[in-house]
Amino acid sequence: MSPPVYPAGSLVAKPRLRSNTMLAYTARRLALFVPMIAGIVIVTFGIMLLLPGDPAIVLLGEDASPEALVEIRTALGLDRPWYVRLAAYFAGLIQGDMGRSIFQNQPVADAIGARVGATLELALLALAIAIVLGITLGVAAALWRGTLVDTAAMLFAQLGVSMPVFWLGILMMLLFAVKLGWLPSIGRGEPLVEALGAAATGRFGPLLGAISHLAMPALTLGLNSAAVISRLVRSTMLETLSQDFIRTAHAKGLQVTRVILVHGLRNALLPIVSVIGLRFGALLGGAVLTENIFGWPGLGQLAVAAISQRDIPLVQGIVLSFALMFATVNLIVDLLYTVIDPRIRLE
Amino acid sequence: MRLMRENPSLLIGGSIIATVVAFAVFSPWLSPYDVETMNMTNRFAWPSAAHWLGTDNFGRDLWTRMAEGARVSVLIAVSSVAIAVFVGTIVGLVTGYFGGWIDLLVMRVVDVFLGFPPIILALAIIAALGPGAQNLVLSLAAVFWTEYARVVRAVTLAQREVDYVAAARAIGSSHARILIVEILPNVIGPVIVLATLGLGTAIIAESGLSFLGFGVEPPTPTWGWTLSFGTRYLRTEPWLSIVAGLAIMITVLGFNLFGDGLRDYLDPRGVARKVKRDVS
Repeated sequence: MSPPVYPAGSLVAKPRLRSNTMLAYTARRLALFVPMIAGIVIVTFGIMLLLPGDPAIVLLGEDASPEALVEIRTALGLDRPWYVRLAAYFAGLIQGDMGRSIFQNQPVADAIGARVGATLELALLALAIAIVLGITLGVAAALWRGTLVDTAAMLFAQLGVSMPVFWLGILMMLLFAVKLGWLPSIGRGEPLVEALGAAATGRFGPLLGAISHLAMPALTLGLNSAAVISRLVRSTMLETLSQDFIRTAHAKGLQVTRVILVHGLRNALLPIVSVIGLRFGALLGGAVLTENIFGWPGLGQLAVAAISQRDIPLVQGIVLSFALMFATVNLIVDLLYTVIDPRIRLE
Repeated sequence: MRLMRENPSLLIGGSIIATVVAFAVFSPWLSPYDVETMNMTNRFAWPSAAHWLGTDNFGRDLWTRMAEGARVSVLIAVSSVAIAVFVGTIVGLVTGYFGGWIDLLVMRVVDVFLGFPPIILALAIIAALGPGAQNLVLSLAAVFWTEYARVVRAVTLAQREVDYVAAARAIGSSHARILIVEILPNVIGPVIVLATLGLGTAIIAESGLSFLGFGVEPPTPTWGWTLSFGTRYLRTEPWLSIVAGLAIMITVLGFNLFGDGLRDYLDPRGVARKVKRDVS
């Protein structure tokens, strides 16, 4: 689509047109969300089809009784063709029914509902740490380019990108829990939201407990993304700072820090925002590892248990939940794009 | 020396990779110890002239076991990236060159694959297929191929319109010939850069899955499993986990530095970087 042409002097028409294109973009982005989710559901459903051999035997083991095999075949609908099962899977999901766990005697949706909060809390806090730390380091490195600050920040970034999240977690545990004894090594305090509520009424105990449990896992999970973000921030900042409008801003006599933070960072924000959406996917994957190191009672811990037992309906539910969280964050990021970017892109 | 000044990343990264590969390949001849031989009187020994990295919980030589782990990690990383490159390149060439409904359809499939957090997709596939080296390679390749498909497609789309491709078409070259002779050479640079960085990512992903117990199964001393196993002795003997983690990090650092360095030569416009995703 060609860029809109504004008649000369039509100062009024411009903002109206812009809000219309924004609306169109938002609608288009939302419309893309639906087939995307449908595709994700189909792939998730396909996990069951990947099972080698007779699924009932694979799931229950070689020495399962014939009655149990018949029971699970009926429960999972294995006697019906795959497309009927896929349709039934879709129909169930629309009503919030993700099937029944094979080994935990409860619906998959209940097992996930009990744990999704813990994972979201961890992942979102890690994301916040990554954004704040990443932007700070990146801006500092760009500002003091070629100095010791730059070198130190980029050394941190290179190491952070190369460091496996599970090793970092164990090193932290070794230092802060085993050697120094400052932080609890495993478990979760009260949910952060509830602890904040308690703090609002003057009880600070729960908040302290929640934060002391969250500190290591969130930092472990966030540091890797902080490193990725800081590298990107540095390079986009340097690119932005070399452009004409920055020279103009300097020439206007604006304060140097103002030029960098307001003019520079604002324009460097676009690529940063889009990488943050992608990082969230990596964070969710990292959460599986982090949760298993720190005994964090979230979806990641449940995932490992479900995979070990080959509890495929539960695995499907968890995979779907992770993909939905990822897709939702990416949707939000894409919509944020329209707010941040003055030149909206409509292809 | 000139290379050191111009592109230290390439030199340092390359040296690290060469060392790790040599370590993996030649260790059976260099080390006097067997991977599995236990020595219960010499458990958790400190590094010494006899045992360069000390010994593990069964008194086995850690240096020998780390070398075996290096072999497994590098082999799995190379195999999964090779499959991903192969599949992704073909998909990218075909969709980018022919366009139309094939392109539309395949790219929607790519979008759906990208809709899963990377490690989660690999875990889902392992959940169905079961653990083991072969399934690990397949699951990682299933995660990685989309990157290559997207990069190759982007390059192919741009190349399709270039004069010498039009010329080749005009003299009656077949599609296959145009794809292989005219377009493929332009794809190789970005793909090599992406694949080098991808090897680092693959090693992190492989050791992460091994850490969780879904990688190559014990008794193979993978880095991830050794690290995870070492946490049982974390309070008293943290050495095991520290060494295994260090091995992973140094290797990944090598691939990352080398990839960054290669980019200056092979992909100056940064096609690969734009599509690169990190897994962990």
